[in-house]
Amino acid sequence: MSTSTTVDGAPAGGTTPVLELRGITVRHGNVPALNRVSAVLPPGRITCVLGENGSGKSTLVSVLSGLQRYDEGELLVDGVPMRFRSARQARDVGIATVWQDLAVAPLLSIWRNFFLGVEPTRGVWPLRRLDIDGARETTVRAMARVGIPGLDPDQPASALQAGERQSLAVARALHFGARALIIDEPVTPMTVARQTLFGQAILAARAQGLAVVVVTNNPRYAHLIGDRFLLLAHGQVAGSLTREDVDADDLTALMAGGEQLTTLTDALTELHPELGDR
Amino acid sequence: MSDRLPAFGSARAAAPSGRRSLARSLARPSLPAVVGLVVVVAFFALRAPDLLSPFGLATVLDTAAVLGVGAVAVALLLIAGQFDLSVGVVAVSSSLLTALLIGYAGWSTWPALLVSLLAALAVGVVNGVLVVNTGLPSFLVTLATFLILQGTSQAGAQAVAGSTRVSGLDQTPGWSSASALFDGALEVGNGRFTVSILWWLALTALATWGLWRTRFGNAVFACGGARQAARELGVPVRRTTVALFCLTAAAGWLLGTFTLVRLGSVQAGGTVGILSGIDFIVIAVIGGCLLTGGYGSAIGAAIGALLYAVARQGITLAGWDTRWFQALLGVLLLVALLANGEVRRRLKSRPRS
Repeated sequence: MSTSTTVDGAPAGGTTPVLELRGITVRHGNVPALNRVSAVLPPGRITCVLGENGSGKSTLVSVLSGLQRYDEGELLVDGVPMRFRSARQARDVGIATVWQDLAVAPLLSIWRNFFLGVEPTRGVWPLRRLDIDGARETTVRAMARVGIPGLDPDQPASALQAGERQSLAVARALHFGARALIIDEPVTPMTVARQTLFGQAILAARAQGLAVVVVTNNPRYAHLIGDRFLLLAHGQVAGSLTREDVDADDLTALMAGGEQLTTLTDALTELHPELGDR
Repeated sequence: MSDRLPAFGSARAAAPSGRRSLARSLARPSLPAVVGLVVVVAFFALRAPDLLSPFGLATVLDTAAVLGVGAVAVALLLIAGQFDLSVGVVAVSSSLLTALLIGYAGWSTWPALLVSLLAALAVGVVNGVLVVNTGLPSFLVTLATFLILQGTSQAGAQAVAGSTRVSGLDQTPGWSSASALFDGALEVGNGRFTVSILWWLALTALATWGLWRTRFGNAVFACGGARQAARELGVPVRRTTVALFCLTAAAGWLLGTFTLVRLGSVQAGGTVGILSGIDFIVIAVIGGCLLTGGYGSAIGAAIGALLYAVARQGITLAGWDTRWFQALLGVLLLVALLANGEVRRRLKSRPRS
């Protein structure tokens, strides 16, 4: 399979993929940051995007979340072609993104952060006011759902640990009815405890039937939680594999370098012709 | 009580309730100002007992009211992470505009006041739009506005009226009702408690409610605390910022109107009392606002204004050289900055896992 071929995953159970990329190309000047990338993100599956720095992972996240416009190709949401002009638009159709900076205001309390921008209110103007008790309760419940029970919602968000902050972002996405969750993992390594918390949140999102995309550069972690793996090298899809195709060591080896990756992918495709259809 | 910020410590609240309520009260941004107020009142009550007479109280409250109206508005803007140095000069310029409209164009009082309010709001919109569109530091943008308004109002008044002083306005139609609304007073003993105190209290209450209980307030905190995150989450950052600049400009107009109505005259190039734009920021910081935004309270700013007024009046009544006041203000500011820095450090510190 050539490095820029369509990678077309058979949608699980015949359901329409939540998100589909068809030949997406993004150029920064003359240099393509993404070159004819195609991928399918079915509901209830975790797709891990793996690749070295500069392989186009961040650009892919930006395209999916509506921050980056693409020059060629199509982005389909529920089978309908869409062109986002802002992150807000992407959010409105149910694509939630967990950024590396996590979009958290550190001095605000947890429940205020949870509802930031979409605060519930009661009463009529000019007496319209925040529904504080309702917001607190909802926050506690939503955080418990992603594996952080017994939280004091009046704490400042800065009291949350790094993994918990990501959980807050995931819980927010779940609560506001997102159908796709894009997670850009921090480059700095997290401790096991944090990774566990975050992993719990991601699995909770999958259980809710969301299409989850996790961008990471840790192949072992990816193999642990991922159902499908999209390998990027030099802005192109170097391989699209499922959990059955590879084990963690293979993934690690595949991460090692772009060329090696391509060779390996070709070899794998020869051995498993059905991979070419993915 | 609504003047409450999140408590410190780990996310799982396991502390006994006594310690927790202590932590909560320490988290109030107005705490340093309250402590300062108690100390200053106790000190000057001993040194200058006249301070607690009706006359002393009326003077203190009157000063605090004028300062507080400006400081509460500036505090909201500071919480949203922006500065406004032009409040004082907007006060003078707008009252000068009112005076010129009445004295030279022959308008009656209320239309003149309305037009000068609109002019003040226009200044606020210009400030706000410049800041959100260019991304320039608001400190510098409003410094420029300050200089432009200062120069324009002095030279303009000189050109139009032939003098920088406009007076003799109190014969205008509508003046008596304006006077009742902006300078009504209640005489108790030899003290004259003006209606500006009510304006001050009402504005503080409204600002506090707005900050803690409305979506607007949440947006204000988010704008100052995490602008980028707020934008990513769809908070109307630009609209909120411009609205707050309009609020400070309107507060400036109100201050100018207080003085204008009281004196029946206005002096271009003068200031409202001894106020310049920086005083309001000093008071807001004494009241617990962080200069970096995202933290503070309207009640704190109101208490800061009271503290300022007590100290100033106390020094006068104690018969000291009034220039000591500035030194005292500097000390208060320094203490407040240190206390706020500690708050910030504790709020920002992240427990290690």
